[in-house]
Amino acid sequence: MSPHLNPLTGYLLVAALLFAIGLAGALTRRNAILVLIGIELMLNAANLNLIAFWRYGPHPEALTGMMFAIFSIAVAAAEAAVGLGLEDDGPRCDEQDEGVTS
Amino acid sequence: MSVVFYLIAGLTVAGALAAVLLKNTVHCALALTVAFAGLALMFLELDAQFAGFAQILIYIGAVAILVVFAILLTRGSETPKDGVFGAKPLFGLVTAAGIFAVLGWAVLHSAQALPGAGGSPTPAPTVTVMQIGNALMDRYVLPLEIVALLLTAALIGAVIVAMHEKAGAR
Amino acid sequence: MQGEQTVAFQVCCQSEIAQLLWLIPAVPIVASGVIALLKQTQRKTAARLAIGSLSFSLLLSLNAFDHVIGQVLTRKDTSMPIREVVNFTWFQFGATNVDLGWVLDPLSAVMLVMVTFVGLLIFIYSTGYMAHDENYTRFFCFLSLFAGAMLGVVIANSLLLLFMCWELVGLTSYLLIGFWYQKPSAAAAAKKAFLTTRVGDVFFLLGIVWLFAQTGTLLFYNGGSGSMESHALLELILERSAFGFSAATIIGLLIFAGAAGKSGQFPLHVWLPDAMEGPTPVSALIHAATMVAAGVYLIARVYPLMSAGMPAGGTTAALNVVTWVGAFTAVFAALIAVAQNDIKRILAYSTVSQLGYMMAGLGMGGVAVGMFHLITHAFFKALLFMGAGSVIHGCHEEQDILRMGGLRSSMRVTYLTYAIGMMALSGVPIFFSGFWSKDGILEAAQHFSVSKGPFYMLVFGALLTAFYMTRQVSYVFFGSYRGHGHAHESPKSMTTPLAILAFFAVALGVIGTPAWPWFRGFLESRAVNFEWSGFSEPGLAALMAASSVVVLLGLGLGWWLYGNKSPQPDEPDVLEVAAPLPWKWLRDRLYIDEFYGMTVIAFYWWWARVADWLDRRVWGGAVAGVAWAFGLWAHLNRFLDTYVVDGSFDKGCEELSTGGGLLSRMESGRVQTYLRLLALAVIALAAILIWSSRA
Repeated sequence: MSPHLNPLTGYLLVAALLFAIGLAGALTRRNAILVLIGIELMLNAANLNLIAFWRYGPHPEALTGMMFAIFSIAVAAAEAAVGLGLEDDGPRCDEQDEGVTS
Repeated sequence: MSVVFYLIAGLTVAGALAAVLLKNTVHCALALTVAFAGLALMFLELDAQFAGFAQILIYIGAVAILVVFAILLTRGSETPKDGVFGAKPLFGLVTAAGIFAVLGWAVLHSAQALPGAGGSPTPAPTVTVMQIGNALMDRYVLPLEIVALLLTAALIGAVIVAMHEKAGAR
Repeated sequence: MQGEQTVAFQVCCQSEIAQLLWLIPAVPIVASGVIALLKQTQRKTAARLAIGSLSFSLLLSLNAFDHVIGQVLTRKDTSMPIREVVNFTWFQFGATNVDLGWVLDPLSAVMLVMVTFVGLLIFIYSTGYMAHDENYTRFFCFLSLFAGAMLGVVIANSLLLLFMCWELVGLTSYLLIGFWYQKPSAAAAAKKAFLTTRVGDVFFLLGIVWLFAQTGTLLFYNGGSGSMESHALLELILERSAFGFSAATIIGLLIFAGAAGKSGQFPLHVWLPDAMEGPTPVSALIHAATMVAAGVYLIARVYPLMSAGMPAGGTTAALNVVTWVGAFTAVFAALIAVAQNDIKRILAYSTVSQLGYMMAGLGMGGVAVGMFHLITHAFFKALLFMGAGSVIHGCHEEQDILRMGGLRSSMRVTYLTYAIGMMALSGVPIFFSGFWSKDGILEAAQHFSVSKGPFYMLVFGALLTAFYMTRQVSYVFFGSYRGHGHAHESPKSMTTPLAILAFFAVALGVIGTPAWPWFRGFLESRAVNFEWSGFSEPGLAALMAASSVVVLLGLGLGWWLYGNKSPQPDEPDVLEVAAPLPWKWLRDRLYIDEFYGMTVIAFYWWWARVADWLDRRVWGGAVAGVAWAFGLWAHLNRFLDTYVVDGSFDKGCEELSTGGGLLSRMESGRVQTYLRLLALAVIALAAILIWSSRA
């Protein structure tokens, strides 16, 4: 392990951790909504990555990272809305099921 | 790294873990909210104020609420009999751990190559809302429009889904 | 129509009749083919076709004969013999040609007339004799085929064509001997005839092949290059071969072997008596007049070869052999004929004996002597056989002479004609043709330079001939009738030919007397005038007297012992009582057949068994072995196919199926599985990327 010479590294690691947690949740939980929660966490981790790179990147004034993150947020919101809407309809899952089927 | 960073990071991670591990789904949703909050703080720490506030507004204010509503309105609030985890949760954990390992490895091994290495932090960029607005109308007008379309579609879709719900055997 | 005089050896300038000569054998053969297609019920049509075709051949033959006589009388150049040939190439292989052709010379002309005339009479006779037989049509088909083939032998100018017709004659003989094939004895007799003559034919074929190899041609006469012409003969004489004999001699002997088979010389005579199983017209035509004469005719045809290199006053080795064999056969067969009781068998042995005479005549006196006896014999032997047929018919198919008798009164015409034939055969002097022809042979024997042996043998044979014929006639026509039923005369269709033949049995003598040796002159292509001085040749009168005495002695002896007595069938013969053992030997045909049975036949049976064993065990075993190996191979293949090929294929498919089953679990339909897989893939890819960028 190399020493943290860079604040960016920390953020990236946190983002990675968040992503992994979200993935674990999405893979293991039975409830569909919790899978969605896991997915939201993953998306957020990606956003964090973007902002972190924007901040410590070469051209922060180009706003690329920020814009990307904003759009990501917007899209995530829309997707959550639709997903949860389907959720209401969707998971009349049997108790024997091992989770969500597509 | 500053203490603030560690605190915020800890909060976020704790919230995320809670969101994934708790049995009660409502608790999970509330923990998620905490995670979102932590992320917003991190955005603020990274001098991305707009993104931070947007995060608070949208994620906490809309998405989290939506999740809570969804949980409350469906049977998802009841804890199922056979446990919250599906079969073989270990596999998922291992996979996630593997992902984390790979990403972490990538990050750590390229630490020297990352920008901002060498200890001298880059100066914080000044980003005004006006700049963002200008960028939205200027460079990013196309993605803006597309996102608008997307949102419209999502809206309509959600309405339709809900309508079917009502019309269906419920 | 008389054509221009022909100088021999020219292939061009033939007369019309010479060109049309091929029709003489062709028409009966075609008729035979047509008859073969008729139904068995179309009897009249068959008979008419056969008789019509042979009549046509007779007319053509008479035309040819007339033509040749004309040539003999009118030609100016007497040095060359009269001969017209028509040759054509049958096929070529490489540089050699195989030619066929036909010849019209006095020899063939006279033979043509004899064969067609006697044949026609026998055909007419057959319509009466075979009237009650249901295979009438088949009979005439074979008869016609025979007639055509025999005529082919007569006119052939090529040894090959002659051989082909020779074989055809043998075939028809087989078919006709075994005509009543349901009788096992008839079928066996036919087979015996065919096989025995085959033995002779093998040697004949060897002779042909050798001749062809030596001279390059099989034509007899071909404008100087034929095999019977001086150039070829010279070659053959000079060529030395086995035992120091010339090629001419050996080839001549090989050809004689073939003739001996066909003409029943000792030791190939065994088939002739058995051939009496055939219907009597067959015996008359084939085994008296024509087919058996073919052998003699063959020797006459190749006489230039047989006599090639003859020293003056002496004889060639080939002719020597011919003479001795002939003389021996004459006596041998006559002895056996004495002790036979079947009317046809007596005549059969008589035929063998007379053929021996002909051969001896050829050997000692040349073509004319032998051929004259052949012609006269044809007429009176056919007469005798047909008379015998009439007797058999009249006695209700009885053939044992001890069960006949007294037919003199009940079958007058048959009796008279038969008597004439018998006297001609015995050689009763002056009036009967047999006397003159036999005398010619005896005269030649008298002047035979090698030895007087044949002469004495032939004289003894003449005695025996008269003796056994008298015995036969006494038993059949004299005494009292010992048979069953009532004997009746035969119909006109049978007796008319008898009468005609009887006439010729007498009349033909005229052309062979020493006073007017017309026949000899004709064959030698010169005109002859009647001269009484011919009788005054030295020694001739004495010979004529001596032979007359011998004949009368034989007749007297026969009459004394058998005349007018009618022994019962179970009574022993007079001579049997006197000398039982020799009689037994003679009656059992001197055990020649038994000898063959013990040696040749036994060997053949053994060989057949060996061949059968080889076939079943060795070749069959080899085949079975191969089959077994194949079976094994097939089993191995099947095993391989089932377990290795199929098995591996099945296994492969199973694995595929299992793999598919395993893979199908990827399509679980569960999102989380997909997500899992995605994540794993990401890990893997990222690891690869990082690892490669590190390196």
